[in-house]
Amino acid sequence: MSSSSAPLSASLHGTRSAVKRFVLLKSEGFGNGMRTPAIRVPEEKKNSMSGAKGKFSESFMKVVFLLAACVSILCVLLICLFLFSNGLPAIGKIGPVAFLTGMEWRPGSELYGIAPMIVGSLYVTAGAIVTGVPLGVLTAVFMAEFCPKRLYGVLSPAIALLAGVPSILYGFFGLVVMVPFVREVFGGSGKSLLTASILLGIMILPTITSVSEAAIRAVPRSSYEGALALGATHERSVFFAVLPAARSGILAGVVLGIGRSIGETMAVIMVAGNQVLIPESLVRGARTLTANIVLEMGYAADLHREALIGTALVLFVFILILNTSMALSIGRKVP
Amino acid sequence: MDKLIVDKLNLYYGANHALRDIGMAIPAREVTALIGPSGCGKSTFLRTLNRMNDLVEGCRIEGKVTLDGEDIYAEETDVSVLRKRVGMVFQKPTPFAMSVYDNIAFGPRTHGIRARVKLDAIIEKSLRDAAIWDEIKDRLNENALSLSGGQQQRMCIARALAVSPEVLLMDEPTSALDPISTSRIEDLVAELKKEYTIVIVTHNMQQAARISDRTAFFFLGEMIEYDATEKIFSLPDDKRTENYITGRFG
Amino acid sequence: MKTMMRGFEGIKPLSLALRACVLAAAVATVSIIFFIVGYIVVMGVPNITPEIFAWRYDSVNVSLVPALINTAIMTALSLLISAPLGIFAAVYMTEYARRGNRLVPLVRLAAETLAGIPSIVYGLFGMLCFVMTLGWGYSLLAGAFTMAVMILPVIMRTTEEALIAVPDSYREGSFGLGAGRLRTVFSIVLPPAVPGILAGIILCIGRVVGETAALIFTAGTVAKIPDSAFSSVRTLSVHMYSLSSEGLHVDQAYATAVVLLILVIVINMSSVALAKRITEGKCG
Repeated sequence: MSSSSAPLSASLHGTRSAVKRFVLLKSEGFGNGMRTPAIRVPEEKKNSMSGAKGKFSESFMKVVFLLAACVSILCVLLICLFLFSNGLPAIGKIGPVAFLTGMEWRPGSELYGIAPMIVGSLYVTAGAIVTGVPLGVLTAVFMAEFCPKRLYGVLSPAIALLAGVPSILYGFFGLVVMVPFVREVFGGSGKSLLTASILLGIMILPTITSVSEAAIRAVPRSSYEGALALGATHERSVFFAVLPAARSGILAGVVLGIGRSIGETMAVIMVAGNQVLIPESLVRGARTLTANIVLEMGYAADLHREALIGTALVLFVFILILNTSMALSIGRKVP
Repeated sequence: MDKLIVDKLNLYYGANHALRDIGMAIPAREVTALIGPSGCGKSTFLRTLNRMNDLVEGCRIEGKVTLDGEDIYAEETDVSVLRKRVGMVFQKPTPFAMSVYDNIAFGPRTHGIRARVKLDAIIEKSLRDAAIWDEIKDRLNENALSLSGGQQQRMCIARALAVSPEVLLMDEPTSALDPISTSRIEDLVAELKKEYTIVIVTHNMQQAARISDRTAFFFLGEMIEYDATEKIFSLPDDKRTENYITGRFG
Repeated sequence: MKTMMRGFEGIKPLSLALRACVLAAAVATVSIIFFIVGYIVVMGVPNITPEIFAWRYDSVNVSLVPALINTAIMTALSLLISAPLGIFAAVYMTEYARRGNRLVPLVRLAAETLAGIPSIVYGLFGMLCFVMTLGWGYSLLAGAFTMAVMILPVIMRTTEEALIAVPDSYREGSFGLGAGRLRTVFSIVLPPAVPGILAGIILCIGRVVGETAALIFTAGTVAKIPDSAFSSVRTLSVHMYSLSSEGLHVDQAYATAVVLLILVIVINMSSVALAKRITEGKCG
């Protein structure tokens, strides 16, 4: 769970509340509706009656709370500041076009093109979506609509468990089990796009499952009953009446999954092969943006180091765009 | 001719005996209203007529319900086909999260109709029958959730009609609607009974009096009285019916 | 007449196919879970030897004890920094900010942004900010601060949710007795929210314990119990990474994997159990 989209996808608990928030945002618009308790005491009245000491600690602590609330804004600003101030100059020096579209990454010869890594990240993420989403959504359908209560009591914690396994353990599992398997079955070194895709698919599985399950459960029962009353079977009602109503929630889960897989580092490094080449087939190795950073940061200096920070910047901006577009699409879609 | 015949129907939710010895014959092409105070079992009864109670855990049914002489609780009965023949409209509109067109087409598609031309015809006819065609014929591709509450409910009626049922069960179809939408639906019911057998649960006695031919009064899981609507509302046999109708309880 | 109610041909196969897909997916998911956990446990448990629990790490015993202790210190330190901040921030958001407050959406946006940042980006930020700019070097402190930033949104969100779940009647009652807002927050609103906050904190512990990418370039990889806050340390997850990328100590890697897995499972299960108790209303 040590990865990107993280707290949201961190566990069953986390993902559930992500959807809860999603639903709330949807119903109240993007903003502050829900968080404000209805009870408000007029500030002036309260202060005029209490003693001077109470008044001081009241206003002092209010400032403390306010400052604490501002810390997260400060953190975001600091992260932006450090990434941009260290990454942008390098991108400027290399040339934005050469940096983003260059096919050669040879720090020795001052060649810093990250196109293969961008493509690698996109491939691996797409692969994870292809493997993880169908499995995750179908499992969610099972959990919400087909699962006997008793089995649910076992299954639900088991999926939460899968969400809690650290990415390094996934990586280790991939390395000792999946890599040899892929090598035996498909040839090549086994460290490949395919291996990474499947492993990431497994890693985003619990996120997709729990978010989708919550979305399915949030659909009013009337949709299901309405379909049944038209003579549809249980399966048909679930797939053609309930699931369409849950699609925006499921989509939110998929976006979380994309965020998680594109930001995933440790597991990918261990199974993707990390060659700086756009892979020609599924069994070839690929290097992601995240892997590029971890592999070379340890010894990089000067422009090389800054180019790596530039890599992180690209990743950061991509995640920002992804999250913002999701937030916006939720904000706009008022039912 | 009696479309539905209910004989010695008993229904239990676990230990709770929710319906007691109900027996009634529902005539074809008439409107039968079920009235009674909340929790009297009238909605539960309605849902036994298309086996929607099958969904409820711990629900057990004894007795017999026949549709055109066929036992709907017989083992070989296909619930899908039963529900196609006995359609249902719910208390609150239940639009699916898809276009109006797909909503109406859901039923026909479920029962194997795929051809676009055929579907188009069914959809137009159902919407016309539900008296909503003129209002929404240009909005068929819009999400059904964007319709107003009254339109949604009439769309749901159209959706139920699209599978050409023989019986239409309506569970307080106007309780969530404003007066204007309510009167539209009442007019619609009067129109629909020419072709369909209608059983309607209502809380509103005036409504029952206005639109139904026969009325059954339910109380505490029993059917107290069942007769022509005029009779029930003018000269009920049972004291409890009279009390309810004159507003002494419920 | 009987035939009227029998199913049409060609309708049900779709339903059957859908059901089969759902069941297959569920079976696959369950098998994946059991295979991963089972594999690590089966391969790892036999390799758990007394040596890997030696007090000091060396390349012969490959002890995980220093890493384990470092993990505990790292977790405690990052919580020490982040928990008060996160809880106070949540208190501001739910108890102080008025409707229409301009800061609230901004804070929420910031927290959501933080929640979405990949851990490797946190790692680079920590390296640039704490390790280099502040000159702390690869150190326990730099790692802990990086982790603190990373878990801040989690603590904020779970605390906020716990506070919102406290019924308004509690606040009303307290205000009605003439208590100020501060007193109401600390003696009336926070206590019933404690289990929820705790569940969030446990979640954060799980994240710190499982984190690797953000720590490699902030806390470093020295496998020793630290002398000071400025010593470089490796946590259990980083230890695991070192073992598996070196490829020299496969047996010990398996053993370490089991220890890490069990640790994380215990942590997460306790968070889930706590959260479940709250929803069932046994707490507060």
